[in-house]
Amino acid sequence: MKNRQSRLLALPFAFWSALFILVPLVMIFYYGLTTKTGQFTLDNFTAITQLEHIKALGLAILLSAVSTAICLVLAYPLAMILSKLGANQSALIVLIFILPMWMNFLLRTLAWQTLLEKTGVINSILRFLHLPALNIINTPQAIILGMVYNFLPFMVLPIYNALIKLDKDVIHAARDLGANSVQTFIKVIFPLTLPGVISGITMVFIPALTTFVISNLLGGSKILLIGNVIEQEFTQTNNWHLGSGLSLILMLFIILNMVLSAVFDRNGEGGMMG
Amino acid sequence: MKRFLERFYLAIIFLFLYAPIVTLIILSFNKSRTRAKWGGFSAKWYLALFDNQSIMEALSNTLFIALVSSLAATIIGTLTCIALSNMKAKARNLFLAVNNIPMLNADIVTGISLMLLFISFGMRFGRETILLAHITFNIPYVILNVMPRFRQLNPNTYEAALDLGASPVYAFFKITLPDIMPGVLAGFLMSFTMSLDDFVITHFTKGAGVDTLSTKIYAEVRKGIKPEMYALSTIIFVTVFVLLLIVNLAPAKERREQAKTKRFSRR
Repeated sequence: MKNRQSRLLALPFAFWSALFILVPLVMIFYYGLTTKTGQFTLDNFTAITQLEHIKALGLAILLSAVSTAICLVLAYPLAMILSKLGANQSALIVLIFILPMWMNFLLRTLAWQTLLEKTGVINSILRFLHLPALNIINTPQAIILGMVYNFLPFMVLPIYNALIKLDKDVIHAARDLGANSVQTFIKVIFPLTLPGVISGITMVFIPALTTFVISNLLGGSKILLIGNVIEQEFTQTNNWHLGSGLSLILMLFIILNMVLSAVFDRNGEGGMMG
Repeated sequence: MKRFLERFYLAIIFLFLYAPIVTLIILSFNKSRTRAKWGGFSAKWYLALFDNQSIMEALSNTLFIALVSSLAATIIGTLTCIALSNMKAKARNLFLAVNNIPMLNADIVTGISLMLLFISFGMRFGRETILLAHITFNIPYVILNVMPRFRQLNPNTYEAALDLGASPVYAFFKITLPDIMPGVLAGFLMSFTMSLDDFVITHFTKGAGVDTLSTKIYAEVRKGIKPEMYALSTIIFVTVFVLLLIVNLAPAKERREQAKTKRFSRR
């Protein structure tokens, strides 16, 4: 199909992405850098230094960093176990992680309230076993749990894809040359799956950093993350300029993340889709 | 021992992922209206569900938006992939970079950026604005699923068809499309799922009085989720689970049969 005409088929997408991806991003810049009367200002951008905003951003960074670390620690061994199950299982494995998405995301997160409450399911089990109760509902820990629960699949799948693509001969070679299993992992397996790991980190960190739903549902609406602040500027206070200005800060993190994953993953190997 | 530990770890993660889902299914059979206490087994919410006008309307909105947006995204995305496969690497990478923006961007930023766009166009917020937003975030899933198929394509078969007198369009439908079909289907299914599960972008692009299931649930959080919602979610989840089970077991069986015939033919 090496003809010029077929390139015209990209026109709908070119038009669509210009109108609905690029122009909207310009709009955020426009609103973020102007006042209500349309004058240029940096106030909406520098508003991040106000105590309540910087606290919300700091807490969001802390919670999402912890969640990302927990996801990585949980996901890597999980992906290793899954990758050993055999190549013909891979569709099924992806399915196991996609399937929960068919139960509404809000309901799934809300179900953790039922599980975590003082008189909830988990505490009833703990009491039955004469173990100390777990009181984490409406605390930052509950938000971390919600983040790990919701975003763990986004860490597992890229690492899993990187692992099943790994050339087994490379591992055998390392073992033949005398490396033990720990050395093989550190020197061979982990570096070769790094694109998958980086991809997983970006796919967990960004949604966790910017969420307002999980903090709202599991944090008892008293804990404000930067996402909550921005959401309120748009739906309650109706100060779109301030909301856009704070969103620009989030976009800095997103761009940083894009650059990071582009540097580590030149060939697009660590993607979700395998 | 190692095998046992591996299985145990898998079981724990599995429990972690599916405990909330089991909880919701159990709650859908709870006789009492609040989720705080268990009032005995009852299937009454499953009947009440179909009389609940507002839930039924939200369901039809959700399904309509998911179906139309994923179909539109599949068509636009597949056309784009045809064009991209004929482009030079530089132009292709530019397109793919733009395509990646909604994937890598935060939902909240995508949501508010589209909200600002619709406001400046003076559009009325409703089902149409949600639909436009969903098509936008669905296209990347289609392209990312279809593009690898084009890379695996054997260009010679298509050119052979042209040499034998097929028109480019005919050759595409007869030669190329069957080869990329698994990717197209995967892209369609993935974007359908993403549309169905989306809350954040819908939250910013919906109008007053128009609800999808997600936005309806969010509105109910403070006053308590109606049990009918649990019943509906259970129906959706179980339906998809059964469908996927059938789809996934069928090819596995086929593969086994194929492997068997291969063994026989080798003899």
